[in-house]
Amino acid sequence: MPQWNIIQAVNDALRIEMKRDPRVVLLGEDIGKFGGVFRATAGLYEEFGETRVIDTPLAEGGIIGAAIGMAMYGLKPVPEIQFSDFIFPAFDQIVNELGKLRYRSGGQYSAPLVIRTPVGGGIKGGHYHSQSPEALFIHAGGLQVVCPSNPVDAKGLLLSAIRGEDPVLFLEPKRVYRAAKGEVPEGDYTIPIGEAKVVREGKGMTVLAYGAMLHEAEAACAESPDLDAELIDLRTLWPLDLETVTRSVQKTGRCAIVHEAPRSCGFGAEIAALVQERCFYHLEAPILRIAGWDTPFPYTLENDYLPLAPRIRKGLGELRGRRP
Amino acid sequence: MRTAKSIEGAPPRVAPELLLRLYREMLRLRTLDERMMTLQRQGRVGFYGACTGQEASTIASAAALEPGDWIFPALREGGAMLLRGFPLVPYLCQIFGNAGDETKGRQMPSHMASKSVNQVSWSSCIGSQLPQAVGAAMAARIKGDKTVVAAYMGDGATSSADFHVAMNFAGVFKPPVVFVCQNNHWAISIPTQKQTASESIAVKAVAYGFEGIKVDGNDAEAVYGAVKAAVDRARAGQGPTLVECETYRIGAHSSSDDPTRYRDEREVEIWRKRDPIEAFRTRLVAAGLWTEAKDEELREKLAGEVNEAIAEAEKKPDPPRETLFEDVYSSPPWFLREEREEMLAVPKARRPGAAQ
Ligand SMILES: Cc1ncc(C[n+]2csc(CCOP(=O)(O)OP(=O)(O)O)c2C)c(N)n1
Ligand SMILES: [Mg+2]
Repeated sequence: MPQWNIIQAVNDALRIEMKRDPRVVLLGEDIGKFGGVFRATAGLYEEFGETRVIDTPLAEGGIIGAAIGMAMYGLKPVPEIQFSDFIFPAFDQIVNELGKLRYRSGGQYSAPLVIRTPVGGGIKGGHYHSQSPEALFIHAGGLQVVCPSNPVDAKGLLLSAIRGEDPVLFLEPKRVYRAAKGEVPEGDYTIPIGEAKVVREGKGMTVLAYGAMLHEAEAACAESPDLDAELIDLRTLWPLDLETVTRSVQKTGRCAIVHEAPRSCGFGAEIAALVQERCFYHLEAPILRIAGWDTPFPYTLENDYLPLAPRIRKGLGELRGRRP
Repeated sequence: MRTAKSIEGAPPRVAPELLLRLYREMLRLRTLDERMMTLQRQGRVGFYGACTGQEASTIASAAALEPGDWIFPALREGGAMLLRGFPLVPYLCQIFGNAGDETKGRQMPSHMASKSVNQVSWSSCIGSQLPQAVGAAMAARIKGDKTVVAAYMGDGATSSADFHVAMNFAGVFKPPVVFVCQNNHWAISIPTQKQTASESIAVKAVAYGFEGIKVDGNDAEAVYGAVKAAVDRARAGQGPTLVECETYRIGAHSSSDDPTRYRDEREVEIWRKRDPIEAFRTRLVAAGLWTEAKDEELREKLAGEVNEAIAEAEKKPDPPRETLFEDVYSSPPWFLREEREEMLAVPKARRPGAAQ
């Protein structure tokens, strides 16, 4: 099995599905001849031609709006938004159109497209190449939101996403785009949407993370084995694998959520609400959120902004000592 | 739609002092960009977007503005701040993202702004500054000021929804705004002919009900003339203009880009021969306004100036960590005050290294 990074895994998944299903088309800025600014679509323009790998003008609303029309008409578009920070010119198309199409047409129409976009900080990208907007799209409704942390999951989840019936926002953690490597199985396989994965078993506390911060949480748990933390990679953010989460929290009695998006109204807030609703009598301490600050994402101070391993370790240490 | 170009061999129509000032500023920008790209490769600067090949468009267009006029820039117009009197050291501090940066190291390099020279802060989100520029121009008129607003963009930006919104508002309300499009033939890997089916960028203005002018963007005099006429008209209450400066991005899109993957080097060669600085120097020498000896001297002086400023700027420390929580609101609410304490309880993180 090849040792691949997330970019290579995404590229492989796209190639497999484009070969298998002629309805799959890619569209976005710089994805064709250039192969994408992160090279995720490298070689696909040469292999499948310009009718299936479409370089678009610079207009995200156009990319998503056109992808919706293509999907309604029976294609399987996989648009790329170059950075998730630039998804906002398409916010109306995603929130008001894509997420509500099935519902507003009484189930007659749907647009099962997959929006791929790099997410998160850690590449010295400042405010506009670093944001984590997942909670906005979860809140909007009608969308599945996926965020793998490693290449094996990225490939399997992307194949599931393209084959699914519903629109998916597929968030690719660019901080670990190349750094997260893994033995990616060759050929076709899928990982179901909606299944979290326990990556480290423990009885002391439950730590929930996803994307790039999964690796920071993993480092923090490994550096403090006495915490006996159980670490869960959510993988699919929405619909959340609530069963895996609640089973773990009922066992450990403590729960921390790590994400790099700002804390207030972040995805951690929804998880905390769900966990307290279902695990209230098992909880031995308040649920802890370790998250990005409620400021725009900074440039120079980005490592002070991100909830990196030292901050996570400190938080988990405090969580262990807390009493209800 | 009109086209404008200075006539080969004709005497300059712009005052000699101004021509020489434009030339010096263009050369300073070139010198600065070359040094910054080197520093970026050495890992001393995190990112850089150079203006190389587009100096005439940036400098000569900005020179057509009065000091009180406002600039809504895009990626390639940082140099306009220097032309309008912003000092070099704090300018460089923005690139280093350190404590000497007026914008507190918050934005990526090449996103400089300063109220002192009326150059507003821009986001990386292509096109977003354009409706704002129209609004500022509407405000100037409502308040009875004589201010003109310059709204800059690249060719790629003309595909954005905000461009069309801005053009339509400008056509309807006719505020004192001048749109300057630096058509450098590329938007990262997308050539302009794949960006639009219009015969030019300038022609788009016609559909929105005002004038578009296409000008040779590598000809400093022509750029100055076209933008100055548009600015004068705007100030006189005669409404907006779109000036398309046809130029070329000689280098990579930014320090993160590799144009050999999508662009034919022969095309770049053709445009290298049309270098705006070279052409300008030849013209100045021919007009008896400049000599090769003076040129040599100026280049040396500029290199020294830039190197000195770099040495001074680079010495400055990172912005203090606490500044992370400033300016989100006019004063930090409870949650930001709490988060600040939480952050200070963890040791300062290492500053990230050079971009991957
Ligand atoms: C809304 C938005 N989408 C995508 C990007 C990514 N991006 C940055 S620069 C650029 C191309 C810009 O081209 P152009 O407007 O011609 O300006 P140039 O870089 O050539 O000066 C793209 C696609 C962005 N910054 N903002
Ligand atoms: Mg361009």
